[in-house]
Amino acid sequence: MPFNLDAPYRLHDQVSLRPEPFGALAYHYGNRRLNFLRAPELVTLVRSLSDHDSVRAALAASKIEERRWPSFEKALASLAESDVLVAP
Amino acid sequence: MEPTDVIEATEAALTDTETEELVEEELLVEEISIDGMCGVY
Amino acid sequence: MVLSPVKQSGLGDQMKAGLDAPICLTWELTYACNLQCVHCLSSSGRRDPGELNTEQCEAVINELARMQVFYINIGGGEPTIRPDFWHLVDYAVSHDVGVKFSTNGSRIDAAVARHLAESDYVDVQISIDGADAATNDHVRGEGSFATAIEAMEHLQVANFGEFKISVVMTRHNIPQIEEFKALADHYGAQLRLTRFRPSGRGADSWHELHPTDAQQVELYHWLLGHPEVLTGDSFFHLSALGEPLPGLNLCGAGRVVCLIDPLGDVYACPFVLHDDFKAGSVLDGGGFQHVWQQSDLFAELRQPQSAGACASCGQFDACQGGCMAAKFFTGIPLDGPDPECVLGFGADLVAAADANARPAVGKDHSRTRVSLGKKP
Repeated sequence: MPFNLDAPYRLHDQVSLRPEPFGALAYHYGNRRLNFLRAPELVTLVRSLSDHDSVRAALAASKIEERRWPSFEKALASLAESDVLVAP
Repeated sequence: MEPTDVIEATEAALTDTETEELVEEELLVEEISIDGMCGVY
Repeated sequence: MVLSPVKQSGLGDQMKAGLDAPICLTWELTYACNLQCVHCLSSSGRRDPGELNTEQCEAVINELARMQVFYINIGGGEPTIRPDFWHLVDYAVSHDVGVKFSTNGSRIDAAVARHLAESDYVDVQISIDGADAATNDHVRGEGSFATAIEAMEHLQVANFGEFKISVVMTRHNIPQIEEFKALADHYGAQLRLTRFRPSGRGADSWHELHPTDAQQVELYHWLLGHPEVLTGDSFFHLSALGEPLPGLNLCGAGRVVCLIDPLGDVYACPFVLHDDFKAGSVLDGGGFQHVWQQSDLFAELRQPQSAGACASCGQFDACQGGCMAAKFFTGIPLDGPDPECVLGFGADLVAAADANARPAVGKDHSRTRVSLGKKP
């Protein structure tokens, strides 16, 4: 399914999100894939997704500057492709 | 929302920074395979 | 693998500076082994009386779980001959620490295979060093190929799914590379090719068994053509030949991964079981976490490494000067070329190195030190 900015997402149950100085590591125990999240703001955003009805709502509620949203949207799409983010 | 809205929103974000540098894309997620490393297990 | 754009600090640079916890680590559970493979990296054979007991192992697992270490690569010796092996695997999994274990297959029967097939958190790797009994058993002992194949058969029947077949590449088995791929395809397994290093008993036969220059080039091109084949970043020194191989292409020792030995000693990696590369012990006051985060050795490894004698070589960025274990046990300087440097800068150093000055194996648990014998 293509990534949809107007849909809600949550972290997959089988993903372990581990904070690091640069952001976080996300390891998916199901598909064994490992992702680097290279900004602490991205980690906060990912954790906040389940509190919002859509990605756009989560971005709007975040402290991330709007001009950076395209990069964050691309990052979230990438995580969805790895199955790190899924539909609730 | 239509894909065109996304493009417009992106363009709007870019024009907002007319007086500043063009917004650089950040690579915020990288997938890697480390496969246990050191080749043993 | 995704390469980071130049303007951003490379992912590799961040990994080199160290992480709060390893991504995974190798844990050799016992020095006991029912085989006596000629080139065993851990010189295994006899159990050591000082090996961590069940309770101590559980304490380590608890710590790893707290640190959110994603998975452990369990090996040995032969880990499945430890009486508490299956208990420890279950214990790790129930604490959300994944387990990937390496075995010669001697304890993988039909029932064990079925049990393994049920768990999503346990991966298995079967070791062979030849695509046929003659080549394999020459290194691993008579009957070892048949044992490994039988284990693969059981895993296949039990619908385990994609287990791994792991091979240490030598002068004798590089010609069999296509057969290894065919074997893996036949079992629906993932093929893993790893580098032969002069570590442990490997030092005895390294000069005869390590790949020739031509074979290294052949291997490099074959790996480029088969990105689905795993290497554990074992061959990053070959990346100096051109396009980088898939993977991180750097040494993760002490930075991304490390080793815990059967006695609880922590080393930078499984190929440097020597005091010079020992960071501490899990039995020290602060446990594993303190060793990982505070040891002097790991702090040193996390400093930017100087290119040393390789500074003038245009390929240093690609090969990083190769493998420190390979340099250490061939007795050549650590801040210089790899003994198997693809540009040939290591060969003279190796030839000139005083054989008597090579570091000796740190701990030797061999039951016998078998010589290689005639080529198969």
